[in-house]
Amino acid sequence: MTTAPVSPNLWASSSPKAYLSRRYRLSASHRLHSDAFTADQNRAIYGKCNNPHGHGHNYVIEVTFGGPVDAVTGMVCDLGELDAFAQTNLLDRFDAMNLNTLDAFRDVVSTTENFTIEVYRIFEQFPGAKLTRVRIEETSNNSFEYPA
Amino acid sequence: MVLLTRKTEFSSAHYYWNDAWSQEENQRVFGKCANRNGHGHNYTLEVTVAGEVDPISGFVVDLKQLKDILEREVVRVYDHRHLNLEVPEFAARVPTTENIAIAIWRRLDGKIPNARLHRVRVYEMPDLFADYFGEP
Repeated sequence: MTTAPVSPNLWASSSPKAYLSRRYRLSASHRLHSDAFTADQNRAIYGKCNNPHGHGHNYVIEVTFGGPVDAVTGMVCDLGELDAFAQTNLLDRFDAMNLNTLDAFRDVVSTTENFTIEVYRIFEQFPGAKLTRVRIEETSNNSFEYPA
Repeated sequence: MVLLTRKTEFSSAHYYWNDAWSQEENQRVFGKCANRNGHGHNYTLEVTVAGEVDPISGFVVDLKQLKDILEREVVRVYDHRHLNLEVPEFAARVPTTENIAIAIWRRLDGKIPNARLHRVRVYEMPDLFADYFGEP
């Protein structure tokens, strides 16, 4: 079989910049409610999401890192290190939890907008690569990205 | 300017290995991906092009033409092949998802009439993918 012609300078740039995205899944409950509003206002603004007993989602957390692709390993970052970081700092803290009980949502409503910003702050601390974006699917119909 | 994305798939074998390193070093850096017998994935390729909408045809590009280009330049070369052993650009580069996205960009760049390549996205699996925008 003949293969398509390849430019001889295919790898002319030794470390081109690429973006690696990884998706993690976690399930958590929450209730949208603000002490700044009255009970009636909370019901009016948050609707069924204000149910006092809470409800839950299967969240999909997508994190993207950008950087030069290492000429030797071919990687933007070490996936094993990223997965270990995510296990400790994301899944162990948020999976199978009630978001409203966590420190991160003590002063802000546990909307997925705020959750996305919190996840950004967490993965910003990953030492292996530069975080460029967090995207969370709250349901298959709703997703949120930070930064815009 | 409108962006248009065409998706296709290929299934390939690969392994991660650097000849300059010992077996132990390869295992340490690449983990189970360093198994020299190889393993494989169903890759999904998304190619996004940018262009003006033709006032007559209403197209940015002819999708049939784009499909044929992806088939000729990428799928025919990668599908049901061992990337390390049978695809020339990976003889001396590890076929990571990042490097596959870069290699596909370079295979397609300049070959799509009336449109500019905007993004190559390669999914190694649904929860792991790489994007390349042609940045040096």
